[in-house]
Amino acid sequence: MKMTGAQAIVASLEKEGVELIFGYPGGQVLPLYDALYDCKLRHVLTRHEQGAAHAADGYARATGKVGVCFATSGPGATNLITGIATAYMDSVPMVCITGQVPLSVIGKDSFQEADITGITAPITKHNYLVKNANDLPRVIKEAFFIARTGRPGPVVIDVPKCLMTTTIDFDYPETVRLRGYKPQAEGKAEEVEAVVQALAEAKKPLFFIGGGVITAEAAPLLRRLAETQQIPLISTLMGLGAIPATDPLFLGMVGMHGTVAANRAVMECDLLVGVGVRFDDRVTGLLARFASNARVVHFDIDRAEVNKNVVADLAVVGDLRWSLAALEAAMADFAKAGGPSRWEDWRCQVSRWSQEAPLGYQKSDEVIKPQSVIEEIDRQTKSDAVIVTDVGQHQMWAAQYYRYQRPRRLITSGGLGTMGYGLPAAIGAQMGKPEEQVVLISGDGSFLMNCQELATAVEHRLPLKVAILNNKVLGMVRQWQKLFFNQRYSYTTFANGGTDYVRLAEAFGATGLRAERPEEMPQVIAKALATEGPVVMDIRVCCDENVLPMVPAGAPLDQMINGEVK
Amino acid sequence: MRHTLAVLVENRPGVLVHIAGLIARRAFNIESITAGYTEQADVTRITIVVEGDNRNLEQVVNQLSKLVDVIKIVELTAEPSIERELALIKVKARPETRSDIVDIVEIFRAKIVDVNRETMVIELTGEETKIDALCEVLADHGIVEMVRTGKLALSRKPGAAKDSE
Repeated sequence: MKMTGAQAIVASLEKEGVELIFGYPGGQVLPLYDALYDCKLRHVLTRHEQGAAHAADGYARATGKVGVCFATSGPGATNLITGIATAYMDSVPMVCITGQVPLSVIGKDSFQEADITGITAPITKHNYLVKNANDLPRVIKEAFFIARTGRPGPVVIDVPKCLMTTTIDFDYPETVRLRGYKPQAEGKAEEVEAVVQALAEAKKPLFFIGGGVITAEAAPLLRRLAETQQIPLISTLMGLGAIPATDPLFLGMVGMHGTVAANRAVMECDLLVGVGVRFDDRVTGLLARFASNARVVHFDIDRAEVNKNVVADLAVVGDLRWSLAALEAAMADFAKAGGPSRWEDWRCQVSRWSQEAPLGYQKSDEVIKPQSVIEEIDRQTKSDAVIVTDVGQHQMWAAQYYRYQRPRRLITSGGLGTMGYGLPAAIGAQMGKPEEQVVLISGDGSFLMNCQELATAVEHRLPLKVAILNNKVLGMVRQWQKLFFNQRYSYTTFANGGTDYVRLAEAFGATGLRAERPEEMPQVIAKALATEGPVVMDIRVCCDENVLPMVPAGAPLDQMINGEVK
Repeated sequence: MRHTLAVLVENRPGVLVHIAGLIARRAFNIESITAGYTEQADVTRITIVVEGDNRNLEQVVNQLSKLVDVIKIVELTAEPSIERELALIKVKARPETRSDIVDIVEIFRAKIVDVNRETMVIELTGEETKIDALCEVLADHGIVEMVRTGKLALSRKPGAAKDSE
């Protein structure tokens, strides 16, 4: 079938089952936008390309599908970079299609030209500069395959404008042939056997779960395995929701702002079973002291993660749906023979830690405590909203005080720690899950970084609710200044008391609500949830609150600041 | 320790930059890197010498393996292999020192590939240490400029890298 390159891109996206695209048009991508004009694909115009990338990312994390975004060449494409890097660090499947100047002027420093394949090489799973219009269907087929298989990640396709107007014979390939890329779902059975042996020998086993469990849709498997074997679990930020926060075996988040119980358990365990984790430095603290009494087992689909940060004594490389199922099958007899009862003392010990040192903060009738806002949102949404966060103190409180019950319920920038991620990601999540209640928990610093996307939320009348924990400072940076820089608060206070977010919301056509007193806060949240369309809550919280417990960067996990607060 | 890797990649523009960039940004040191066509027109073979312990090497191999354009990586350090470098050395050669230089060239089984009134250009292929040795001797005569390819390596086993496990 004869069609232009631009039409072929659209037809290819339809073949891949794409429903939604986030993007921003511009000169070099105009033919593609022209082709979009008369097709069924839904396109969402964000107000900034960074918003488009984060929205595609939020959509992908909420739905498990591949997020798609478009941008024009040069500045349009470079504006995607933070979004692409964010997706790369958290293994989010994404396909980004960027316009490029025509082939004849590539390399001439042409107007709006940037070497986007060169720029994105370190932050993409793969990228393409297409040179022949006939390659477009094959490249798109490959891009989606690469983005969603193995360890997922973003793929960039850079398309020179001239290819979009070239006529080709469209034929969408059925299969992908890539010599160098053959993701292996199944690993080696003997690797699993070795883990069974190690578990049988362990006295204090501990599951350590990460975002990979959610990505692989392996959470139910893991939960069943942990419950049958009665093994306690700890989670990374990215793994929250894989195990219900209320599960008695679950000790909470580990690492810099982890719970006392989770951090103690790592230091005490004699077998640490990492599942879909990458042993990030925010989790391990001082590497030399991390799980120093334990043999380390690592389940991951990416072989390069094994021994990257922590040396694993045993590793099982493969899709978690395969490896956890294999482990479950191999452990069945052990469980029937009462094996898990040997870990009774260990379970009692860790649950005692949980009871002795629960997360806590000083309550107040005078000022709104940020933690109490999260608790109230948790209560009013029955622990079942899709929570999206930005980055900073509010993110950590949202991780600590919301009780996630299911996977894909926390959408947050873990690896890159991208301020400004929240609002566009929440838009993407809400569009991917229109029937769910999406709540963005943000800080005033983060929110300002992409607040223009309120216009997008308003345009689409999204039922999105935004809770800004407004402390008029850059809270997390200020916390570090307080603890490690002698309270020298260098440029972390917003002048003139910050921004009026109620009026900001109204300027964009959204509803703005404000809570200044503790007793107003629950009503404001209730009103926001009951109000149609996007609502921004300007919740004035005290500025001097710290995220606790805290392990200073580079310290071992048992050196917690204020870990015993009631 | 130095490790020699044979990396078979898709013959695509930018692939060498991609490989070199990945090694550099993961903070591994590249000692030398050479690339060229192979018996298959669509495959480029890159010989990389990296410095690091075994854990570093494992990371380099695993990270490189993730690149979609990388078809296969074989570590040649551990197996018997032929290793060669090519050097072109331009050395000062006055009429009274020429015969000396010719003697040296013969001893090293190198080749004189160009002569003019003031200089000679000598070509030598061989192991890195042999080229180093020749350079050292020629230094007495004054090396004007030189160029070396970096290491190429080929396993002595009967099969090809592309077929190995």
